[in-house]
Amino acid sequence: MKIKRKLSFHPCGNYRETYKQELNIFETDFGRVCLGVFLALLFFVAPFVLNPYMLYILNIIGITAIAAIGLNILIGYTGQISLGHGAFFGVGAYAAAILATRLGVGFYVAIPAAGVITALVGMIFGIPSGRLKGLYLTIATLAGQFIIEYVLIQWDSLTKGTMGITLPPPQILGWQVSGDKAFFYLIFVSLVLMTWFAVNIIRTKYGRAFIAIRDNDRAAEGMGIPIFKYKLLSFGISSFYAGFAGALWAYYMVSITTEPFNLGLSVEYIAMVIIGGMGNIPGAIFGATFITLLNEFLRYFTGTLMNIGFITSLGLNMAPLKEFVFGLTIVLFILLEPKGLAEIWRIIRSSFRLWPFSY
Amino acid sequence: MEFFLQLLVNGICVGLLYGISAMGFVMIFKSSSVLNFAHGELLALGAFFFLALVTWAKLPISVAFILTLIGCFLLGFLIERFFLRPLIGEKLIFVIMLTVGLASMFKGLILLIWGGNLYTYPEFLPDAMGLKFGSIYIAPVYSATLMISVIFLVLFGLFFKKSAQGIYMRSVADNQRAALSLGVNVRRVLALSWAIAALVACMSGIVLGIINGVNVHDLSSIGMKVFPVVILGGLDSIGGAIIGGIIIGLLETFTGGYLSPSLRDVVPYVVLVFILMVKPYGLFGLVEIERV
Repeated sequence: MKIKRKLSFHPCGNYRETYKQELNIFETDFGRVCLGVFLALLFFVAPFVLNPYMLYILNIIGITAIAAIGLNILIGYTGQISLGHGAFFGVGAYAAAILATRLGVGFYVAIPAAGVITALVGMIFGIPSGRLKGLYLTIATLAGQFIIEYVLIQWDSLTKGTMGITLPPPQILGWQVSGDKAFFYLIFVSLVLMTWFAVNIIRTKYGRAFIAIRDNDRAAEGMGIPIFKYKLLSFGISSFYAGFAGALWAYYMVSITTEPFNLGLSVEYIAMVIIGGMGNIPGAIFGATFITLLNEFLRYFTGTLMNIGFITSLGLNMAPLKEFVFGLTIVLFILLEPKGLAEIWRIIRSSFRLWPFSY
Repeated sequence: MEFFLQLLVNGICVGLLYGISAMGFVMIFKSSSVLNFAHGELLALGAFFFLALVTWAKLPISVAFILTLIGCFLLGFLIERFFLRPLIGEKLIFVIMLTVGLASMFKGLILLIWGGNLYTYPEFLPDAMGLKFGSIYIAPVYSATLMISVIFLVLFGLFFKKSAQGIYMRSVADNQRAALSLGVNVRRVLALSWAIAALVACMSGIVLGIINGVNVHDLSSIGMKVFPVVILGGLDSIGGAIIGGIIIGLLETFTGGYLSPSLRDVVPYVVLVFILMVKPYGLFGLVEIERV
């Protein structure tokens, strides 16, 4: 006879008895059901209801979220700051573009392969982490950003320099992935898989090693964790995510140039991790959503401001407002809520749960 | 030979500029160990403030210069008070990203007010300051830069060695807790060091503006060039910043002159990685890095 499992709700205290319970992703079945409903809505309703522009924004959010999750594994869980994530994203985009145009491989090979190539590049630039930490490592990754950018622009024979590369539309079994809706499924299935992988790797021995290194590297070393190996692994995983996202982006954008993969992009990714919440996988998705929406909103807002009569007549350029607000957002989050949106989300949830006895 | 000498002189001049821009950066790092990513924007703010006073307010150069320095001193003070002080003892990434956020804010503000155009100051340096050695000519601005950097180096040397505030600053840099327990007012020292650093940054911004013209993008990209310079010289050595600057400047002009102009911008960073791997505390830095 099958034993029927009851839906579990929040217990009124901490009744965990085993380590396994502590590691559970979902505290309650309610959370599991909520996620299921959310995913069902996302996959079966969203693409049919939203207009193409909204769907485009959603796709961009999905791509940036993948890269942001990768960076969160590196910064939030392993405690290594990388200012080169934007460049790794670019390496992924170029790897996919070159694989697709030169070797003519399908996107289902090119995208993971781009991830692997980027992971290798990331591990090369992670080598300084063997000797350096803290701000010295940050500066080393900053140098990595500039060096990769230079290589992408100057290695003409491979990357076509400033000309850019145009990718063929991705095809699988005679079916062509084109249009926002098809890409929506490609991107969001990847995002779900990558999120699932990230959430689970944190629960394994690797994830625990990362967290140990972040919290106290000397103690971690003393406990027998080979920290250099794990730091490199963390760089590799994080760059894999960046490369994967970059490859998706390249296919989605159809044609790529070196321009977007600058230091500004790296800074944006770190901002996502901080605003979303460091050391929190859903946080990275929140952060990616927030920054992408903020960018779009500011673009729209400055655009309309420019068209208001007296501003146009004054000849003011309102575009820099975007940069100012972006900086201000980072500063305000750091000063007021350094744990990010994930913490705000947690507070909202627990205030609902504890209502009306919120203490 | 002629070409070589001209490159040498150019390299030293460019290097001096890097060195002088790096000085403020080193000051901040030395007293509060904050990596200031907004340094380029501070340079730009100084340059634009001076520009506004000279061209819009039509003040005499000397008055404008002094007003700019006072303004920057206050600005540094305010930055420390409102943005950096709440972060004392916070994780490195928050401090770094805060300065990045500040950089973005300042840049947006400057672009909003002045736009991305290139401005120039009116000529005010006398031609007599130009130096001529045989066929090689050093423009007056460069000799002025040399003079300013030497003056500041001596002033800072004296300040850190002799004055009470300078000694407090060094003690705070060395060990904040010990300084606190010996009665040093750490908060005041940190505020003062940001103020002085902003002042130095503004002054270097003005010098850069005299030479290259005032443009936000150029000036803020100098802020990124500062990193190889200070790592080479040692993050906490002001003299090292000047020497590191000269070495990087020479390296840039020689690769630009002999190898290829496009390599010029990336060579400092290659050197940077190399130094970090081999000798992370730089040429003159305090050897206290912890190997992991």
